Amino acid sequence: MSIAPSALPIGMRGIEKRFGSVPVLRDLNLDVEAGEFLTLLGPSGSGKTTLLMILAGFVRANAGSIRVGGDEIITTPPHKRNIGMVFQNYALFPHMNVFHNIAFPLKQRGVAAAETAERVEKALDLVKLQGLGERRVDQLSGGQRQRVALARAIVFEPRIVLMDEPLSALDKGLREHMQIELRALHRRLGMTTVYVTHDQREAITMSDRIAVMNAGRIEQLDKPETLYARPQTRFVAGFIGESNFIPVECRNGSVWYEDRRIHTAAPVPAAGQHLMVVRPEKLRLLADAEPTSGVNVLEAKVSDIIYQGDSFVCYAALRDGRQLTLRDYCRSDVLAKMPAPGQPVSFGLDAQDTILVAAD
Amino acid sequence: MSAQPALMEEIGSAAGRELNTQGLHADARRESLRLLALLSPSLLLVFAIIIVPIGWLFWLSLFDEAGGFSAANYARFFEQASYIKTFITTFKVAFIVTGACVLLGYPLAYMLSQLPRRAASICLIFVILPFWTSVLVRTYAWLVILQRKGLINSWLIDLGIISQPLSLANNFSGVVIGMTHILLPFLVLPLYASMKTIDTDCLRAGMNLGAGPTATFRQIFFPLSLPGLASGVVIVFVLCLGFFVTPALMGGGKVIMWAMRMEQTTSLYSNWGAGAALGVVLLVVTLALLGLFQWLLGARATGVWSSR
Repeated sequence: MSIAPSALPIGMRGIEKRFGSVPVLRDLNLDVEAGEFLTLLGPSGSGKTTLLMILAGFVRANAGSIRVGGDEIITTPPHKRNIGMVFQNYALFPHMNVFHNIAFPLKQRGVAAAETAERVEKALDLVKLQGLGERRVDQLSGGQRQRVALARAIVFEPRIVLMDEPLSALDKGLREHMQIELRALHRRLGMTTVYVTHDQREAITMSDRIAVMNAGRIEQLDKPETLYARPQTRFVAGFIGESNFIPVECRNGSVWYEDRRIHTAAPVPAAGQHLMVVRPEKLRLLADAEPTSGVNVLEAKVSDIIYQGDSFVCYAALRDGRQLTLRDYCRSDVLAKMPAPGQPVSFGLDAQDTILVAAD
Repeated sequence: MSAQPALMEEIGSAAGRELNTQGLHADARRESLRLLALLSPSLLLVFAIIIVPIGWLFWLSLFDEAGGFSAANYARFFEQASYIKTFITTFKVAFIVTGACVLLGYPLAYMLSQLPRRAASICLIFVILPFWTSVLVRTYAWLVILQRKGLINSWLIDLGIISQPLSLANNFSGVVIGMTHILLPFLVLPLYASMKTIDTDCLRAGMNLGAGPTATFRQIFFPLSLPGLASGVVIVFVLCLGFFVTPALMGGGKVIMWAMRMEQTTSLYSNWGAGAALGVVLLVVTLALLGLFQWLLGARATGVWSSR
């Protein structure tokens, strides 16, 4: 079963959707490359599921165009789109056993019985459910149902596969395991995949690219590394990873926090108010005698230290009362200079880890 | 964990596994007795109003008119053709009425299940509304509509569609029309309830996987609505078998059903033994049918029933 040669790109242009007078998607443009694993990431109400439903054809957009490999499909009925989909609650047919669930799309396409049996067998193999074809759906565990849903969505070799939070019902361990398996399956089959989740870790683990959605728009579309290291808006910085925001001012081509000049590797933005994004793991505790040239030093007072086994979190307050969070692993060199609550500390932040976003 | 040696010894001396077994056992027994005590009022009620009367009915059916102990009341069913005719009529009416209810009720329930919530609840009120009027009133209303000089016949004649009035009431078709109307909600309500529980995502999945609207309905929606349809059919069919008012009024004396026969036997001929035998036969046949139905469904229960 190889899907790679027929994987197709998707081009979405000017997608608009309103429910009554409430806009859900506003002039949305998005290109998904052939064979790419693209994740729509956003909080609930950001429009990511609606966009997926429009792609599948279950929800009609108010305006826009969707092209799959050059063909306009925005008015194509769902059963003619040839797009596989994994639903959040799996949507397996409860009156059919595993075999018939997976054979369903082949039956609709008039595939002969012998070939159907062979392809279902292969699909079961692919999702590691060999020999479970005769099981009833209600005899399966959550993880097995998830695999059946996946097998059913890929058995007819669709050009595109959509997944709507397919792992959200699984417990943590299984979820992490399935993330890796889904990723491997995508590498092997190479179908264009659009994945919806509100879990940023999941998005980062699995995706080639992530489109962060907020209030019906795409805030940023980038590779996971870029998204994390160079968020372009406060929303993206806050949604992906932990962040503390410190207000800074840009004037005369440099960045200032209070009366201190901030070093940054990124180009200095236009004059005005900005926010410095501080990631907890990018901060480090500075010893008294440590040289600080090229390092931004933030003086704070420790308010609490939480021990988490492999790591610890240090909460501290800046002079203006703003919270800063530092996270580090419990290595002996770090533990040796561990401050106590109430003690003043200096946090160091390297220039290349200093991110600036517009204040909104 | 450092257990105190003294405590360890104590547990050891109680031979480990048998710690408090008697107390726990007594506790469990007390709990079951308490549950039984709570159940007893309802058990007594069931005994007094169901078990005793049915036992009595059965007892009565074993005595002939002279008060002698005999099986004459049951032998009569095989000897007299009129009983067999009544029996056949009853089942014919039940089958036709149930069929008519399915044909009318399935599309109605389907529409209700697809309507938006508000519209559906308004329409449901119209389904339930007839329950607030007595069966007698509704049956007489049908007589007014269907009789020789009733609404339908006068309209059809006025419009010139027919010259002679159709015989719609006081015959078999009158009974079927009246009973279908009265029993329809009993089919629609359970069917609607089961259709509402069908996951929309299952239907979406069907379409997504390449089944058009008709194929999705046939292969997914319809099989998933079968449990609801089955309960509606059972309710309507069983109610049909014992129906009295409507066939008595709409049949014009030409359609004799089982319940009417019972009424005649007891109030006209005062033959309680024969009436009781009729009741026992109806009860046994109904239970047998329900059992058969359950068994038939059980045979194909693999998916639909057990997944609910």
